[in-house]
Amino acid sequence: MKKLNRRSFLKGGLASSVAVAAAVGSAKKADAAGDFGGYPDSMGVLVDMTKCIGCRTCEAACNKEQSLPEPDKAFDDMSVFEERRHGGLPRRTTEKAYTVVNKYEVEGREHPLFRKFQCNHCQEPACLTSCFVNAYTKTPEGAVIYDPKVCVGCRTCMIACPFYVPAYTFSSATNPVIKKCIMCYDTRLKFGRPPACVESCPQQVMTFGKRKDLIELAHRNIESHPDKYVDHVYGEHEVGGTSWMYMTAVDAPFEEIGFDVHLGKQPIINYVKDFLAMVPMVLTIWPALFTGFHLLATRKDAKKNDESAS
Amino acid sequence: MGIKKRKLLGLALMAAMVSPWSLPGPASAEVFELDGMKNLYEGVSFDHDMHIEATGENCTECHHHTAGTAPTDPLCVTCHAKSPEIDNPSCKSCHVKDVFAAENMKKSWDTPLLHHRDKPGLKAAYHQNCLGCHEENGAPTGCTDCHAMTDAGEKFYNTGKYAPEPKTSGHGGGNH
Repeated sequence: MKKLNRRSFLKGGLASSVAVAAAVGSAKKADAAGDFGGYPDSMGVLVDMTKCIGCRTCEAACNKEQSLPEPDKAFDDMSVFEERRHGGLPRRTTEKAYTVVNKYEVEGREHPLFRKFQCNHCQEPACLTSCFVNAYTKTPEGAVIYDPKVCVGCRTCMIACPFYVPAYTFSSATNPVIKKCIMCYDTRLKFGRPPACVESCPQQVMTFGKRKDLIELAHRNIESHPDKYVDHVYGEHEVGGTSWMYMTAVDAPFEEIGFDVHLGKQPIINYVKDFLAMVPMVLTIWPALFTGFHLLATRKDAKKNDESAS
Repeated sequence: MGIKKRKLLGLALMAAMVSPWSLPGPASAEVFELDGMKNLYEGVSFDHDMHIEATGENCTECHHHTAGTAPTDPLCVTCHAKSPEIDNPSCKSCHVKDVFAAENMKKSWDTPLLHHRDKPGLKAAYHQNCLGCHEENGAPTGCTDCHAMTDAGEKFYNTGKYAPEPKTSGHGGGNH
């Protein structure tokens, strides 16, 4: 049985809205408005998960680079891998940690596989399109950044994100805002340098470069080691492509290490484009149109009233 | 750096037993201090002789194709089946320390040698090369098994004297 989660519920709801929109007459293809497809020379990170040893150095580097608060446990404390939150799920990103490494014991595999988790910096981010105050920006360098001064703390982006990345400052009573990885945009990416996590890694699990070069590199590495890697680069096409992409081991396929393999290749915006295009029409044209109809329909009555009054 | 003499007779015997291309003797008999991460960790004393012995004098185990012994990885063999020993086969002569410096990143991506494009930097070259073997042979694999953490390291990892106060779970479960 298919589990109903936040994402599939939202998808279902949106799909039915789109169906209604199509029935009304707007039978345009979902992508007719043209796909953005990402900035041509944007940067990215290719994560080779077969190399990760789960040392959590990237978590420490992120904490220092982003001046995040003191962690609950030391970064060399490996007991965090056993932590489970609601639903038996491993750790996720929080207001205090923009990246976390999780451990996956995969059946039939001698060693556990470690997976680093952070914002994937989508080519066409759902968080950005869902934000009604335009707090988000996709920079030409590839980072999805946001302006906390503009954020009103509505948490729509948390629902929109297909990867459940944005975290929330639940600890702040007066000014709660969204918190997430910005690919070290302000301090590093802007100057052509890789994010702190990438540079800190003792195993160089992550390769930093132009997204298009990374895709080529990934496929070549998969081709030269077919026994080692799953023949899929996660993030090349998922939800329209992401700046962070992943390679995994053949004995630890993506679906077994917490990746959602049913996201599809369409950017999330495509599911709602038609519906959203209808909104201005309904809100501006309909009131004028129906007021006109009403006036026309009641003109005779109004005349009669005028005559009888005189 | 202290020079350690090893049992030359034993080495000669072993050398005589292995195939002809693995004959070149050890380039140096030294203990190296690997201190590329000295901001976070103390240096590692690397006993070259001991590793020569441990690998059965097959330099390829660590030096790929640069020490005169033939590589075994079919990908490398394509070009390097007969590559000669290079002048300086030390790790750092190929694996640069600051692999993320702009000029080094450009060099990596621009190289026509496809399989050298994602050549790791020095830190990763050590870890990638050492850890696999260490795991297989029961040698140390924990971070601090090889290099002790410095004070700055403890601060970076929020551990030791910089460790966070243990949190009590739930509300109202205070210590006082």
